[in-house]
Amino acid sequence: MTANLWADGAVMLGKLNMDEFAMGSSNETSYYGPVKSPWRKAGSNMALVPGGSSGGSASAVAARICAGATATDTGGSIRQPAAFTGTVGIKPTYGRCSRWGIVAFASSLDQAGPIARDVRDAAILLKSMASVDVKDSTSVDVPVPDYEAAVGRSVKGLRIGIPKEYRLEGLNAEIDGLWQQGIDWLKDAGAEIVEISLPHTKYALPAYYIVAPAEASSNLARYDGVRYGLRVPGSDIVDMYENSRAAGFGAEVKRRILIGTYVLSAGYYDAYYLRAQKVRTLIKRDFETCFEAGVDAILTPATPSAAFGIGEKAGADPVEMYLNDVFTVTVNMAGLPGIAVPAGLSGEGLPLGLQLIGRPFDEATLFALGGAIEKAAGRFAAEKWW
Amino acid sequence: MLIDTRTPDPKKFINGATGDWEIVIGMEVHAQVTSKSKLFSGASAEYGGAPNAHVSLVDAAMPGMLPVINEECVKQAVRTGLGLKAAINHRSVFDRKNYFYPDLPQGYQISQFKQPIVGEGTVILDMPGETVEVGVERLHLEQDAGKSIHDQHPTMSFVDLNRSGVALMEIVSKPDLRSSDEAKAYLSKLRTILRYLGTCDGNMEEGSMRADINVSVRKPGGEFGTRCEIKNVNSIRFAGQAIEYEARRQIGILEDGGAIAQETRLFDPREGVTRSMRSKEEAHDYRYFPDPDLLPLEFDQAFVDALAAGLPELPDDKKARFIADYGVTPYDAMVLTLEQASADFFEKVAKGRDAKTSANWVINEFFGRLNKEGKEISASPMSAEQLGEIIDLIADNTISGKIAKDLFEIVWLEGGNPRELVESRGMRQVTDTGAIEAAVDEVIAANPDKAEQAKAKPTLSGWFVGQVMKKTGGKANPQAVNEIIKARLGIE
Repeated sequence: MTANLWADGAVMLGKLNMDEFAMGSSNETSYYGPVKSPWRKAGSNMALVPGGSSGGSASAVAARICAGATATDTGGSIRQPAAFTGTVGIKPTYGRCSRWGIVAFASSLDQAGPIARDVRDAAILLKSMASVDVKDSTSVDVPVPDYEAAVGRSVKGLRIGIPKEYRLEGLNAEIDGLWQQGIDWLKDAGAEIVEISLPHTKYALPAYYIVAPAEASSNLARYDGVRYGLRVPGSDIVDMYENSRAAGFGAEVKRRILIGTYVLSAGYYDAYYLRAQKVRTLIKRDFETCFEAGVDAILTPATPSAAFGIGEKAGADPVEMYLNDVFTVTVNMAGLPGIAVPAGLSGEGLPLGLQLIGRPFDEATLFALGGAIEKAAGRFAAEKWW
Repeated sequence: MLIDTRTPDPKKFINGATGDWEIVIGMEVHAQVTSKSKLFSGASAEYGGAPNAHVSLVDAAMPGMLPVINEECVKQAVRTGLGLKAAINHRSVFDRKNYFYPDLPQGYQISQFKQPIVGEGTVILDMPGETVEVGVERLHLEQDAGKSIHDQHPTMSFVDLNRSGVALMEIVSKPDLRSSDEAKAYLSKLRTILRYLGTCDGNMEEGSMRADINVSVRKPGGEFGTRCEIKNVNSIRFAGQAIEYEARRQIGILEDGGAIAQETRLFDPREGVTRSMRSKEEAHDYRYFPDPDLLPLEFDQAFVDALAAGLPELPDDKKARFIADYGVTPYDAMVLTLEQASADFFEKVAKGRDAKTSANWVINEFFGRLNKEGKEISASPMSAEQLGEIIDLIADNTISGKIAKDLFEIVWLEGGNPRELVESRGMRQVTDTGAIEAAVDEVIAANPDKAEQAKAKPTLSGWFVGQVMKKTGGKANPQAVNEIIKARLGIE
């Protein structure tokens, strides 16, 4: 993927911070310490999280340090930080970009994509990044269209699904209002709005938190201190493994390795992993049914709230942090493309984003719709304080 | 579900203190796929090489690396499945088998668990007096691990990843074997089939074929007993020894009123015993799950048909043809078809010649000599043409069978055209009766007492044959000598 960018003349400036092994929704699990968002609440100096796991990418783009950034998204790691920082982030269809060279978190969900200042930049970047790759058996050989040409294209007559299951009980009023605003904008642009049902949505987050840790527990087995990375000596090989992995992995990573190991264990496999895979099939089926019924794309909020303060959720139940991904994980579970586009500011002056979900390999429609929202909503830049 | 396909045979029972016991054996054979590169990487799969010389980034499990299936390994597995007359599964799935070990860099082995590439098949064994059909449960593809080396440093172990990622076929038999002889014959037959197919070189000493052997004992025809698995046996002879030891160990425990604990054991060839490696309780939980880096492996019947069309004649078919076309005995046919190269050699020799004579010369003289020198047929100093010429020289009475053996020796050691050698070294047999008669008369005249004894006891005439042969430098036609002696001595 980076080779594609280089071949197209891109200039790489450096590496960006992220949550450890891409496990986190706030950048607070980073080994290097948390990224601070360029955004602040109006009249406040409190440091805010940029979202995660690709919080470094989102912040660097939001701070205008770089033109665009690569990122990966396993459950929302491109779209959630993009929404928190007023940038555009797209997670393409699973198989659209090569995963070769990407440190694996959950192989069946991981997908690379760009975070950019606007929809057009995101389209240009994705056009360059996307390709089939013989070195990644899960990459797909489908022609990459000219995404940039789709930006500004009319969305007239497109059928936009509004999933009723995403109207969570107790949904933040600002978010709900933003969603309604998005519906109105698209309606004004000539799109047709239809209510749809994705009945298995409520099982997505729990199923995701079985599938992703299961794969992660296996993917991270290679960090055992034998060939590379940290090695903490021990009295024997098992002791060395335990010492190295205990010292080397952060708490969130350890938590997920433990969950993953547990759900794959003899006696629990059927009840957890196998059942989660079945749920995944049902979630995919939900989307397919809608697309078969003529829906071209689905509009949802990107996140359940605006960015929160660093440390604000430190003491909270990890599940509360996991809820950040409630609108985004379904897209990974179904392998679909999803784009987060800035749509407005909260009452406290923080960016809020909307998400558009498309048919497999129909990123072009997402760029067209994203462009329409961007045109209506305008663009949002953080006030420079650094 | 284990199904007993065999009828208990008293000839195979082991006699214990409390009566007869029957051994039940099933095997998991790991056969290294013959291929240039590894199962999921482009690194060389060649045996040997400096430590860690054949290691790609994938084999070393560097972060971000992904496996890509080697199509040739898939073909080899399908060919092997066809050779085992097995069901070929058009869709199979690669799973991860998770465990920590220093020579397993990924922390998991990519294998096939629930949906293997090959399903049920059969291996036929020619045992003395019977044909035994052994069921094959499945064949699946998997990666080999690297090698841990413990004798290079006082406190550290070294790891060689050359084997890491090399393709293996695990061929699982049903519990259909009932003696160590059958088990050995199974390994030998499997190796023959793999070598014919060219899908595994079968070199057990290099580790390209090794067996995990499941052994249990029971009262003849009774319920299956608790089994123990003997891991990583790397020779056919050791397999026999390990099974014999293990069966007697289990019988001893049961006859003393004990119970067999299901466990994994290792065979120690020096002591000839098996030792416990780990108990069932200590067994790993491998946490198998489908490898998300690989799509299910799918191909159509046309892919299978193309491979089937390219298969060589298999040992069982060749053996049947040898019996039918050459009229050789089933045993000779079996020996001749053990290896493709042997069968080819025989067919070249037998072409246009008497098949039984050819079979005798190939098996007794030629194979005998190869075995004596520990040579492979490919390293033979004698060609099929040379051996065929020797047989022709016997057939046209140029030389006797005895001279032929001397000629064989010369050709083997020095090479050359057999017919020219016979001429240049004066090895042509004497068929001139006048010359033979003269020699016979001379010998009888010099040994009148022996001649009298032979007249009374005709079997003693053999001594005269020997003397005449000696006198003629072995070149006299033995049959003519025999007849003339009998005539001169008046023996019927």
